[in-house]
Amino acid sequence: MSIALQVTDLSKTFPVGKKLFGGAKGAVKAVHPITLSVNTGETLGIVGESGCGKSTLARMLVGLIPATTGQIEIEGAALNTADPADFGKRIQYVFQDPISSLNPRKTIRQIMDAPLKLLHKMDRPAREKRILEIFDSVNLRADFLDRYPHEFSGGQAQRIGIARALAAQARILILDEPVSALDVSVQAQVLNLLADLKHEFGLTYLFISHDLAVVEAVSDRIAVLYFGSVVEEGRAEEIFANPRHPYTKLLAESAPVVGRALGDPEQGQAELPNPLNPPPGCAFANRCPYASGQCRKTVPVLEQIGPDQRVACYHPLPSA
Amino acid sequence: MSAFFKLLARNRMALGGLVVMGLVVVLALITPLLPLIDPDVTNTADRFQPPFSPGHLLGTDQLGRDLLSRLLWGTRLSLAVGFAAALFAAVAGAAVGIIAGFYGGRTDNVIMRGVDMLMAFPYILLALAIVAALGPGLVNALIAVSVVNIPFFARNIRGITVGLAHKEFVDAAKLAGMSNRRIILSEILPNVIPVIVIAMSTTIGWMILETAGLSFLGLGSQPPQADLGSMLGEARSALITNPHTSVIPGIMILIIVMSINLLGDGVRDALDPRLKSGALSRPMAATRVDRKDKPAARTQTEGLLSLENLHTQFHVKNRVYKAVSGVSLSVKPGECLGVIGESGSGKSVTALSIMGLVASPPGVITGGAARLEGRDMIGAPYPELRSLRGRRVAYIFQDPLATLHPLYKVGDQLIEAISCHRAISKSDGRAKAIDLLRSVRIPNAEERIDSYPHEMSGGMRQRVGIAMALANDPDVIIADEPTTALDVTVQAQILSLLNDLRRERGLAIIFITHDFGVVAQLCDRVAVMYAGRIVETGPTMAVLDAPAHPYTARLIACVPELGAGKRKLEAIPGLPPSVDELPMGCAFAPRCLRAQEACQQGEIALAGEDTRAVRCLFPETTLAEETA
Amino acid sequence: MGGYILKRLLLAIPVIFGITVIVFLIMAMIPGDPATAILGSYATPDNVAKINRDLGLDKPLVTRYFIWLWNMLHGDFGTSFSLNRPVIDEVLERFNNTLILAGTSFVMCTVLGIIAGSISAARQYGFADKAITFVVLLGISIPSFFLGMMMILFFAVDLRWLPVSGMYAIYGGGDLPDLIRHLTMPALALAVVATGVVARLSRSAMLEVLRQDFIRTARAKGVGEGRVIWGHALRAAMVSIIPVLGIQAGFVLSGAVYIEIVFQWPGIGRMLVDAILQRDILLVQGGVVFVAACYVIFNIIVDVAQSLLDPRIKT
Repeated sequence: MSIALQVTDLSKTFPVGKKLFGGAKGAVKAVHPITLSVNTGETLGIVGESGCGKSTLARMLVGLIPATTGQIEIEGAALNTADPADFGKRIQYVFQDPISSLNPRKTIRQIMDAPLKLLHKMDRPAREKRILEIFDSVNLRADFLDRYPHEFSGGQAQRIGIARALAAQARILILDEPVSALDVSVQAQVLNLLADLKHEFGLTYLFISHDLAVVEAVSDRIAVLYFGSVVEEGRAEEIFANPRHPYTKLLAESAPVVGRALGDPEQGQAELPNPLNPPPGCAFANRCPYASGQCRKTVPVLEQIGPDQRVACYHPLPSA
Repeated sequence: MSAFFKLLARNRMALGGLVVMGLVVVLALITPLLPLIDPDVTNTADRFQPPFSPGHLLGTDQLGRDLLSRLLWGTRLSLAVGFAAALFAAVAGAAVGIIAGFYGGRTDNVIMRGVDMLMAFPYILLALAIVAALGPGLVNALIAVSVVNIPFFARNIRGITVGLAHKEFVDAAKLAGMSNRRIILSEILPNVIPVIVIAMSTTIGWMILETAGLSFLGLGSQPPQADLGSMLGEARSALITNPHTSVIPGIMILIIVMSINLLGDGVRDALDPRLKSGALSRPMAATRVDRKDKPAARTQTEGLLSLENLHTQFHVKNRVYKAVSGVSLSVKPGECLGVIGESGSGKSVTALSIMGLVASPPGVITGGAARLEGRDMIGAPYPELRSLRGRRVAYIFQDPLATLHPLYKVGDQLIEAISCHRAISKSDGRAKAIDLLRSVRIPNAEERIDSYPHEMSGGMRQRVGIAMALANDPDVIIADEPTTALDVTVQAQILSLLNDLRRERGLAIIFITHDFGVVAQLCDRVAVMYAGRIVETGPTMAVLDAPAHPYTARLIACVPELGAGKRKLEAIPGLPPSVDELPMGCAFAPRCLRAQEACQQGEIALAGEDTRAVRCLFPETTLAEETA
Repeated sequence: MGGYILKRLLLAIPVIFGITVIVFLIMAMIPGDPATAILGSYATPDNVAKINRDLGLDKPLVTRYFIWLWNMLHGDFGTSFSLNRPVIDEVLERFNNTLILAGTSFVMCTVLGIIAGSISAARQYGFADKAITFVVLLGISIPSFFLGMMMILFFAVDLRWLPVSGMYAIYGGGDLPDLIRHLTMPALALAVVATGVVARLSRSAMLEVLRQDFIRTARAKGVGEGRVIWGHALRAAMVSIIPVLGIQAGFVLSGAVYIEIVFQWPGIGRMLVDAILQRDILLVQGGVVFVAACYVIFNIIVDVAQSLLDPRIKT
């Protein structure tokens, strides 16, 4: 199995505030060094709550923001400059908000034309043919092409967003919360479409979401992000059923599930640490019932714990 | 484009402005062709002729020049200079603003510091200094007026551009391989142009006033050439003896500027997308009620709060959106009723209608009743409604950042919730607020009471929202998607808090949500809504285990549930109908696999026992079977 | 708070410095030499050279700038040749008069504008809204100098209620009632346009705020409509109104130039126009720099007021 996307020690630090003289007052580590790999044809789910750095990670992977450290390799070739045009042919992005990702003053045809013309230098007839092919595969009618974005519903607009990503002919798609702005009945349509397209074009997905059930339903493997770091990574069917990191367990127990009694698994109201003043040890330690002195002093690293499972914890939960 | 003119034409004031402006422009254009006396020919023998004198329709000025001719030529000049100045300032300002806003960082910093510097002058000082340097003259006045207005355009356009540059479609364009120059031209500019047009149309009048002002001071057009400003300036010395020489050019300026401003406001309103959708209208204190026939008064109703056949609509221009059509439901003390549906199903509108909180205009309650212990609150006089709000029936809303006032401390907002229903001393209010914060398990309540909402996390803010709802020990709490904006771990905390509170205090809760998992965990009964109607209702577990309406069944099936692994989902084809074009009969029929002809031929009633009912001719399970 | 004010004052130093550079450069562009203007018919080459030496005009531009700046920092703005009087004395006296006029107008337009705009928003599309909108439109469309002239014709010439012009009566005036009688018309004329601008802005800011979710929350907890409008909504709207008051002060100061001419008010605007027409460069430079510096300080006060109102601004 070949590796489609390899990320090594990728991190992002944002400067915060400004002093009267000189530089920034502080820095926020939005993403701590992350090492991940995605196999060809696989769907890697990335799940985390707000502020965990999942969108920052996604935007670095397509070159929309330059990484502070680390490198990105796509199909064995490193991409070091943060030039989205360079990334665009190999890795594409599907945005969370389908409406705001389409320029309101352009027709769908103009939107679809841009990647074909600029990334692949196709001439007009070739573009026309290609657009129709793509529209056919995302179940959109050709007469939509001459309309403007505001004429579409969220689900249709998201199909157009997916079609645009396909037009660039990248083999890897970053799906950043692609269905969270959609209603549940439409959500399932889009998720199924994504599954069909993956099969049809042999795509590799990185699927980012806050919704555990959705991520589990579409992914082969899942990485759980907390406060900018991967805390656990494992097979989709395993990770929530048999969590090894206390945070993963908390997530799985918090999700409302039909037939499970309501409970507050945390019995409290613990919050995220202050990003301007992060704790020296494990970021989850102050919410963790198993935390020890070691957890509060040094940051645990991600280590292999099972055949397909990695966890960043000094006291991983026993395997069920 | 044609829609734009239609909108413009609808605004009668703007249309008036357009007509007057058009007349003035045409007059100015044909001035050279008109049989007028040369405006600069002096004739001191005929000076200060009053209006309507022979040969001089508007009279003459201090040098005996014909005022009509001077007025028309002056208008021509003033208009030309005003337009030129506005155009120049708009183009230069927009260019500067777009570049600063798009590139950001250092470029932005340097440019905007320069703009700030120019704005540090009261603008006339800068204009005077420029005219002083270049010497008096109309062209120099034009330059001065444009230069001092560039910063205003630059700032405005920069703000818009910064917003656009962070939009996702700009990111998408980058990923499509566009260069920055191309993005500016094809993505940013088309979105900025309406703003430039608005800014220009609302400033042309101002520019005309400004250049006229400089001419009035003697720094603009030089004799014998005259624009309207210099005509006024020259006439000033004869103001008292011969007022008509001042009044005539003054009125002309007023007419021009006023018609431009009317037109400019019309253009602004026609181009503003928020006005198009009617979103800029201000909600009134209570939703408008327009019921054809009032429901009969009743003293006894089942439950504490009950809705009877509620109809709420949105009237936008000539369209009628039937957001809620005939919803009936009720809650008993200590009971939690879940109302579940997708966006546009009318669940939130139902909740807001109860206390008249639907934004109005455009919302109108057109029928039905909402009874609290038998008393109908729809159409109740405003003072009565106000005294019930928050005291007997309290709300918890979705996004806790937007729903708390950003400039008041949370403690003050809590105390206000109490003090607007009963007099309470400052210290008692504070003590009660601290108690409330404790009751929703906020740590360090004594300190947190003096925090502002932005200093708290989303979960903490929603706790404040709940505390506010509890402030007056209400009987009913209506929670409108209170956990949708929150993370799952926080959601679990909030839900269990609500559940505990309900049991401790015997609260009746109406819980609006789109999440079956939440309903299953919290609610005793559930009502499923689709296209403004309840399609199924019953005890939560009965509905979830054996949904009777095909919509309920398919909705449950298409939501992935944690623990089931990777799989194909049962999607529902098609889209929910738009509530301004509802089909006959069952609104779900076009998407339903069980639908038959009869489904779309007439009203289908909500049928069943009083706790378990379904609005379907061919339900998945028959209810009788189930109860048997 | 103290730290914030100090920071704002420190940031103002480069701005005022920049203002002096801009003013100096613009004035240096003036063609012809002031010596000729000063001497008029006495302009022999010898006399011109002497005046240039006296004024330091024979030195390079940069040197001249720093001499001027250095002297200003010591309170010496030079001497006006047309008035034969130290520039700073004249500027202070005139600016004081302008402040009386513009300050009165500013207070009037702010208070009236915010009240009118809020009423207009609270009664959107009602009679009060339409009436206010029309009056406001008339106000922003009429040239203030024309309005001033019409007021003179009507109130002073026809009705003889108020004096035609000036700041004090020539004989027997000089007390406060006399000042108020003279101030009424110019202050009103000056305030009309600015009131219109403030009212429009307040109306749109209020409309924007009234649609916010927190207004619905206030209503949902039973807050009375009066408090919703004048408490919750107006307070939030002030966040976008206050910053514009700084710009508004600039409008009022600018409008004062015309009004001072129409009503013969001995303010700094009239002084500047006269100085420009007479090419009294030092007087123009000094006047512009002084007024601009005061305006910068005023804007700092506005920013501080804003930070007091809005806790989200970090101080």
